Amino acid sequence: MDKRKIEENFFKTIMIASSLIILFTLIFILVSIIIRGLPAMNLEMITRTPEGGYYLGKEGGVLNAIAGSLYLGIGSTFLAIIVSLPVVLYFNVYAKKRSKLVSAVRFSLDILWGVPSIVYGAFGFIIMLFFGLKTSLLGGIVTVALMIIPIMTRAMDEVIRMIPSELLEASYALGATRFETAFKVVTRQALPGILTALLIAFGRGIGDAASVLFTTGFSDNIPHSLLQPAATLPLAIFFQLGTPYPEVQQRAYASAFILICIILVVSFVSRILTKKLSKYVVK
Amino acid sequence: MKNEFHIIVSNLNVFYGREQALKDINVKIPDKKITAIIGPSGCGKSTLLKSFNRLIDMTEGVRVSGKILVDGENILDPKAEVTHIRKKMGLLSQNPYPLPMSIYDNVAYGPRLHGIKDKRKLDEIVEHYLKETSLWSEVKNRLRSPASKLSIGQQQRLCLARGLAVKPVIILGDEPTSALDPKSSQAIEEKFIKLKDEYTIVIVTHILRQAKRLADYVIFLYLGQLIEHGNASDIFENPKMEMTKDYIKGTIS
Repeated sequence: MDKRKIEENFFKTIMIASSLIILFTLIFILVSIIIRGLPAMNLEMITRTPEGGYYLGKEGGVLNAIAGSLYLGIGSTFLAIIVSLPVVLYFNVYAKKRSKLVSAVRFSLDILWGVPSIVYGAFGFIIMLFFGLKTSLLGGIVTVALMIIPIMTRAMDEVIRMIPSELLEASYALGATRFETAFKVVTRQALPGILTALLIAFGRGIGDAASVLFTTGFSDNIPHSLLQPAATLPLAIFFQLGTPYPEVQQRAYASAFILICIILVVSFVSRILTKKLSKYVVK
Repeated sequence: MKNEFHIIVSNLNVFYGREQALKDINVKIPDKKITAIIGPSGCGKSTLLKSFNRLIDMTEGVRVSGKILVDGENILDPKAEVTHIRKKMGLLSQNPYPLPMSIYDNVAYGPRLHGIKDKRKLDEIVEHYLKETSLWSEVKNRLRSPASKLSIGQQQRLCLARGLAVKPVIILGDEPTSALDPKSSQAIEEKFIKLKDEYTIVIVTHILRQAKRLADYVIFLYLGQLIEHGNASDIFENPKMEMTKDYIKGTIS
């Protein structure tokens, strides 16, 4: 066989192998969690809050953490959109192409993206102290929102940047202002990408433990107000895994499975939505 | 009586950064006629066209000086209202860019922006302009389907309908047929000839035969300079300038 053909086959094999690694990582994580968590998987896990002695192996479930995580994930994603969307629309519709402010903000976002979540946790805690806020759902939502804003903004930015300028010009030529063009044309054209950005940010927010440790705290009850502390699934996993009791550790794996299921369901729904919403997108 | 000239350009200079794209252009564009701007690529044809509806403002680092009078109003005046100027002109670009919405909403987009909300009135407008561009019979049963599903030729006619729906007085075409197949090009050309009874039409084209077929008036640009302008028959049959002769013969391009 000639050398170029060997080269071709060699690199093709590497590429396929790398792709398979990703696929198998997911399968491996799922299988190992399911096997270890199986004994603890019952309806009680998702319908009840921890009873006394739950962490010693007595009765109860992690409904408190499921509820806390959902509140936190949805709340912080919502808060993050309110900041991210105006930023990307400013970047791509209003600002000049070589604007110094835009490149400074883009650079800051890239750095903020890389800041470890424990630093966000500590930062959020300082802010909360300043406002006299105790560990609470509100503190967690604000902290996690700060953490996911860079991710959401950059993900949206990359999509909106790809919109051809002629499409914007078509709107301007009909007498539209920049504001009208941004909200009637740009957001529609970028809708599937915006949704993906939300999903990535939501996944990161709901799955993070370090940022909520000091800010949201932990509670065995489902929070009834924004000012109460709340349990979250990542911390529930952490605390349960930290006990010496095998039956509680199994519950940790079951909790991890629940967290993954939430993310899977959200991904699935958003995929279906993306398909529906991309009907009008101009390719 | 209405003025014989619809657009009057005087001492127009356009710079992109340090580069001068248009040099001291003085030209008058006749009312309700088709004017073709011809010249080799990069000569400033599109720049001139985009100056008319101030889309040129969107380009980075652009500087414009001079005057462009449209219906007696200097549109380059910083105080002139841009959306109002653009509403007066329908633009047909090289590639059709339907908006990311349904066929109906594409046509209704402009009228809605300019304050028409009544559903029945919008229906009328949409039907009227789709008929005007001979698209109605092809799309009347799928007005709610995405505009991007149409063929390129249909998309370009939709863009024309969309542009006409804001009731412009001028139609600008930036090589409006260059992305289309011959049949769709012909459909657009026929539309232009019909539309010139009501509108002033300015097209940029690099297809000389198209200019000959359509134009009543011709502007020849070369490297940002206005070389010659005049009635189409004069330019094509008796060009005064050597350079125009060469371009029409095909020796420079």
